[in-house]
Amino acid sequence: MDLHFGDSKPTHEERAAVDALLGPPESSWEGADRSDADLRWARGGREARDRRDLLLPGLHAVNDRIGWISEGALDYLCRRLTVPPAEAYGVATFYAMFSLKPRPATVLHVCTDLACAAAGAPELCAGIEARLGLGSGVSVERSPCLGLCERAPAALAIKAGDPLRTAVSAPATVEEAVLAASSPGSAPEEPPAALAVPQAGQDGLMLLHRVGVVDPSSLDDYRAHGGYTALRRAFELGPAGVIREVTDSGLVGRGGAAFPTGRKWQATASQPDRPHYLVCNADESEPGTFKDRVLMEGDPYALVEAMTIAGYATGAHKGYLYLRGEYPRALHLLEHAIAQARARGLLGDDVLGQGYAFDIEIRRGAGAYICGEETALFNSIEGYRGEPRSKPPFPVEKGLFGKPTVENNVETLVNVLPILTMGAPAYAAIGTGRSTGPKLFCVSGSVERPGVYEVPFGATLGEVLTLAGVREGLRAVLLGGAAGGFVRADELDIPITFEGTREAGTTLGSGVVMAIDDSVPLPRLLLRIAEFFRDESCGQCVPCRVGTVRQEEALHRIVERTGADAAGDIALLREVGRAMRDASICGLGQTAWNAVESAIDRLGAYE
Amino acid sequence: MTVTPLGIPRRMLEFTLDGEEARVPEGSTILDACRAAGKDVPTLCEGDTLRPKNACRVCVVEVEGARTLVPACSRKAEPGMEVRTDTERARHSRKIVLELLASSVDLSTTPKVAGWLKEYAAKPDRFGPDAARLNEEPKVDNDLYVRDYDKCILCYKCVDACGDQWQNSFAISVAGRGFDARIAVEHDAPLTDSACVYCGNCIEVCPTGALSFKSEFDMRAAGTWDESAQTETTTVCAYCGVGCNLTLHVQDNEIVKVTSPHDNPVTHGNLCIKGRFGYQHVQNRD
Repeated sequence: MDLHFGDSKPTHEERAAVDALLGPPESSWEGADRSDADLRWARGGREARDRRDLLLPGLHAVNDRIGWISEGALDYLCRRLTVPPAEAYGVATFYAMFSLKPRPATVLHVCTDLACAAAGAPELCAGIEARLGLGSGVSVERSPCLGLCERAPAALAIKAGDPLRTAVSAPATVEEAVLAASSPGSAPEEPPAALAVPQAGQDGLMLLHRVGVVDPSSLDDYRAHGGYTALRRAFELGPAGVIREVTDSGLVGRGGAAFPTGRKWQATASQPDRPHYLVCNADESEPGTFKDRVLMEGDPYALVEAMTIAGYATGAHKGYLYLRGEYPRALHLLEHAIAQARARGLLGDDVLGQGYAFDIEIRRGAGAYICGEETALFNSIEGYRGEPRSKPPFPVEKGLFGKPTVENNVETLVNVLPILTMGAPAYAAIGTGRSTGPKLFCVSGSVERPGVYEVPFGATLGEVLTLAGVREGLRAVLLGGAAGGFVRADELDIPITFEGTREAGTTLGSGVVMAIDDSVPLPRLLLRIAEFFRDESCGQCVPCRVGTVRQEEALHRIVERTGADAAGDIALLREVGRAMRDASICGLGQTAWNAVESAIDRLGAYE
Repeated sequence: MTVTPLGIPRRMLEFTLDGEEARVPEGSTILDACRAAGKDVPTLCEGDTLRPKNACRVCVVEVEGARTLVPACSRKAEPGMEVRTDTERARHSRKIVLELLASSVDLSTTPKVAGWLKEYAAKPDRFGPDAARLNEEPKVDNDLYVRDYDKCILCYKCVDACGDQWQNSFAISVAGRGFDARIAVEHDAPLTDSACVYCGNCIEVCPTGALSFKSEFDMRAAGTWDESAQTETTTVCAYCGVGCNLTLHVQDNEIVKVTSPHDNPVTHGNLCIKGRFGYQHVQNRD
């Protein structure tokens, strides 16, 4: 590698931010003062390049401390990691939460996505901007879904410094959001995660039964409520036994793709290539989805335990928890939980004295929906742009760092705990034949009690909406999020199982149930969905990069039109949508037209 | 003529291509098989000396059992696979992809694309006069080559050639994302402030003319560029002892640009700054 660095120098503060992560530099080759020894030897090479995966944490370190990433800071980070500056620049500009231009230390992200838009986000933004004029020291940014849909509209303030301060305001008013931005340290604390679970404390819950019941920061409390019995059971069964239980349980992935979890684990476990990796996908960015956040905030040890079991079953000794950057509270709780588990021998060289070594490292995303795609997530962890890879090869064969990798999302992993404690047959008896177990739904929009609901598979859409208290004037339900589809208000008897939604020509996706009432202008909502996909496309393949732009343009043209006036553009949308679905590299482009198509076909939008 | 060494023998595998039996060596892509069978599958981002990036999606074909279309350039043929290259579904995607590209970038200097637009009845204009496109002036910041992003289809070939597949300079990367993604050097600086070593290998692989010799760019601007009047002569570079092959493109007895044969087993089309750009002394007649 032939690296060339510019002559921009980091400030003292920027250097300190990087050194706090990487330790002080040892030679002038990586940015220290030159010593005699430096004239005779060169550092770097393969050893340093192996640390490429610290690029994203390094960018976070600078952005967290300074609020933006200067040329000097980026060059210094590149020197430390032997990463070419052009590549690091490409990575840094990929993520929405980083800025490569000077900006105020405080950024206030105001969510303008589906649930928040319906709850008055545009007025909130306007109000905040009117209050925080120029020179306020706050940069107000319109943000995609912050995962706080049950408390819409939402705002997240991030104030760079040492330490970094964050504050959430939801449901946000202009005053509260401005207060959160101006002094995030003294803003009122967020309500507990249990408030997002209207069923909290009820009998019969399997995934949410500890949310609101245990203290999320106490390992003892977790153990007092049945924690770590599943891991003990796993050690009794042995790795093959765990995989057999998971396979027999019929568990399929809850992230949207519905792939059988046992089969994925078996495929990874049987790969001869080593090491194996476990990745927990906690990059929950689908608009309307917040269940993983609630699980992580309300019962963080459950995820730590479930990851340990998954690692044990698949032969992995290292688990990466890829957590979206917009979840500061989940980050703190999980950092604490992992440290506690490590201190108590539940993670580390000898888990529970069973001679099995496993540890978890948290990686923060930095604002990119595409990183929820499993292979894009690998690239992101490895320090590359979060662009999806083409499959095959599949992750079970060549995943993270090119090694066999099993990747599951938070909800899927947490399901493993009841499978092991109650046994596969009992678990498989819940739900329907093809969709087994409990399922979490994120209910938001026009309902009395928005939140995360746990129901056994087989319940109908109407039953879930009734639990949440659907309001008058329901017009449609968005199932599965922005990548999902709309169903009509008279289709509430659809059983929300994988097979039931498929038969009804729609999808369960990630479990979003967003109720849309008459007051929401549908064309505006569709436009927001199109904007979302245009913003979040990684840009790698043509059908998605240009197709999402053409889709948004067509929807802009017909936003106020119906019937024959819109017909030409709708035909165009269909043609482009079909090619996006057929020819895009990954699920983002393939699903970017789903919701719009369903609104046209099922709801008669633009008629 | 260059000598291409024979590889180790490979097993043959059989699969079905458009209803006919196809036999190709193990490791071949669907595109290799199509070419061997004399089928024309359009490609833009595929390069003969680089690993396929399959970003343009023009070469998509239908594979039995696959949910989506697959890129022929990178998907390896598998025994028993059933591939159809010319279905309505594949043709539709190719047409739309060509329309999307042609509506957003200038493909006037991209070989073969005009024929494909006609073949697939692509109408890039139907996205309307306000369809977003770059409309950026070419970047002329050095005397050797010009970057014209208006012609860039983001095929990543220049990035791969500058990076670990050829030159190992890592001077260029893709920055930003989505429709705003751009090929860029660090900090989006002028080329002269970057890590570029001016080997020109990125120009060698650019499929659209987004990267071009300053000589070619100036002649095109002056209206004097005439490929039909050019001769190509392959010779050996005289600067050092490596012996790289140079192909001199000569118009009116002047060297107008230098490329290098991709089938050369040593250089695969790679040159250094001297071989690629250092030809003025040849035509210095003072």
